[in-house]
Amino acid sequence: MMGAIARLGRSGLTAIGALGRSGTFLWRTLGGVPNPRVGTPLLMRQLYSIGVLSLIIVVVSGLFIGMVLGLQGYTILSDYGSEQAIGQMVALTLVRELGPVVTALLFAGRAGSALTAEIGLMKATEQLSSMEMMGVDPLRRVVAPRFWAGFISMPLLAVIFSVVGIWGGMLVAVEWLGVFQGAFWSNMQSAVSFTEDVMNGVIKSVVFGFVCTWIAVFQGYDCVPTSAGISSATTKTVVYSSLAVLGLDFVLTAVMFGGF
Amino acid sequence: MASSPYISFDNVRFSRGAHTIFDGVSLDIPKGLITAIMGPSGTGKTTLLKLIGGQLKPSSGSVIVAGHDVSTLGRKALYDLRENMGMLFQSGALFTDISVFENVAFPLRVHTRLPEEMIRDIVLMKLEAVGLRGTRTMMPSELSGGMTRRVALARSIVMDPELIMYDEPFAGQDPIAMGVLVKMIRDLNSTMGLTSVLVSHDVPESLSICHFACIISDGRIIGQGTPDELREHPSERVQQFLTGQPDGPVPFHYPAPDSSGDWGLGEVSE
Amino acid sequence: MAQRTTEIIVGLFMVAGFVALLFLALQVSGLSLKPAGDTYTVYADFNDAGGLSPRGKVSMAGVSIGRIREITLNPKTFQARVAIDIDAAYSSIPADSSAVIRTSGLLGDQYIDISVGADMEALSDGDDFYETQFAMNLERLITNFASGR
Repeated sequence: MMGAIARLGRSGLTAIGALGRSGTFLWRTLGGVPNPRVGTPLLMRQLYSIGVLSLIIVVVSGLFIGMVLGLQGYTILSDYGSEQAIGQMVALTLVRELGPVVTALLFAGRAGSALTAEIGLMKATEQLSSMEMMGVDPLRRVVAPRFWAGFISMPLLAVIFSVVGIWGGMLVAVEWLGVFQGAFWSNMQSAVSFTEDVMNGVIKSVVFGFVCTWIAVFQGYDCVPTSAGISSATTKTVVYSSLAVLGLDFVLTAVMFGGF
Repeated sequence: MASSPYISFDNVRFSRGAHTIFDGVSLDIPKGLITAIMGPSGTGKTTLLKLIGGQLKPSSGSVIVAGHDVSTLGRKALYDLRENMGMLFQSGALFTDISVFENVAFPLRVHTRLPEEMIRDIVLMKLEAVGLRGTRTMMPSELSGGMTRRVALARSIVMDPELIMYDEPFAGQDPIAMGVLVKMIRDLNSTMGLTSVLVSHDVPESLSICHFACIISDGRIIGQGTPDELREHPSERVQQFLTGQPDGPVPFHYPAPDSSGDWGLGEVSE
Repeated sequence: MAQRTTEIIVGLFMVAGFVALLFLALQVSGLSLKPAGDTYTVYADFNDAGGLSPRGKVSMAGVSIGRIREITLNPKTFQARVAIDIDAAYSSIPADSSAVIRTSGLLGDQYIDISVGADMEALSDGDDFYETQFAMNLERLITNFASGR
């Protein structure tokens, strides 16, 4: 009995310790002015492997989700004779919620886990250590470019997701189900506000990008440098990122759309 | 041969958690010579190298390298000191995403502003010194284990450091690779005037090339001196380690309960 | 060479992202590129504002000429006071035109349609619509029909 409580306490302290380490880790990664001569090519390479390579899964998922939204939405709306509202339903759902959230979850699964595994492997094969011994700060050289790449890529991916989804919804609604093209767009335009819906969605995806990348990069850096440690860290990245995204989504939605 | 020590450990204590790794270690490592640090597995030999490099700080005592107390150096000063140190990790630790050439050129690109032609010349010269000039365009994944270590060696000398540290360089090497490494360590030390610190548990090879050796066990130095002095050392523990006796001061049997209980022989106590 | 290709692809990726954002801005949310000063405001009082909402469409002869800015309750007359922003390009709407609330489709969104009047004078900033017709309420319609009116 006492043992269980002691274990609980210890795991709580471990968690808080990890949180603290992640804070100083973030501080040291972001602090300082980057050297553009060295930093830009590194950033480019990471933007490619994190952003561009995630495009496929984002576009395909966006397309399918948009089409399902169009289909399901039409079915439900036709009960009320409001099929013409399908445009705004698809657009609002994607732009406000599904765009940022689903993209973040996909990002955590694909790019986040790759980041964690990559950095964890570098730690396990002593590459990070040898960099330190050569007088190069691995946080600046390895971690920071990956962090900025994730932070920049996420909003772009989320916006692309929303657009592809809306297009998919349009395909289903207009081409297949017979909703009028003009009504589809004009209803959407009157219902979707740029500042309130689109920009709030973008803000959400910026926040999600920050959090998901931070978690992914920290888990890789902090992992136990063995193969078991790396796989555990990768799992933690996906789980923690997903939970954080969903939790933050609720908070942000309440703040932005709940009228508080 | 007797000159002021390049590295000096002064009553260093280091513990990780509840586990004390070093308990009052004092050691002088002479300049310009090859020093071997030996001991059973797990005694913290790699930790010793990390203390020299400033990656770890001692709990008490000081580590003086080239006149600087490593544990008190700030970040920038520490990185400057490290430019004068080369370290060869056990696994080579090459950066897997760039080529051999780029790996060796890495410290030059980071610390200097040399023009590309000069970097190319220096890199090729260092690769030639380790006999691998022909591998310059290959990726680390294409190299064998021994070749990886030699490239890593080239990388650690590319800045012409004063100190070079080898972490278990002989572990798991075939006889030819071993011979190559031994030759290179010896040649580098004499041609470049380096101070070399070698951490290993390979007794014959280490003793064959070092000028000075010390044996660490249980967080303390149990013997130090020239190879000849060590071979004559009176301590039983030193002799057990040097000659590889399976049983002696370091026992063969891990502590276990009384055998009569396990095998059911004789009386079983209540 | 590979570095160059990478940079180009990353550049394209970022351009795609910005284009998508632009698409969301213009096509999806109907953000207008015209500066805000190009409208003038007129007011319409309705007995029942029905399903009107801010940013709703205001049209004339089926052509969109402006947007609803806001809907407030006039505390003195207890009517819904709707503020409408009309594009400055349509500056010659006769002063006796009426504002009617219409529904697009049978059960769709409601919008304001302006029926043209005959006056020589035109509506200008701050004017009120002379005549308005309130939203067709479904229950009232059925009641009227059922009672034979």
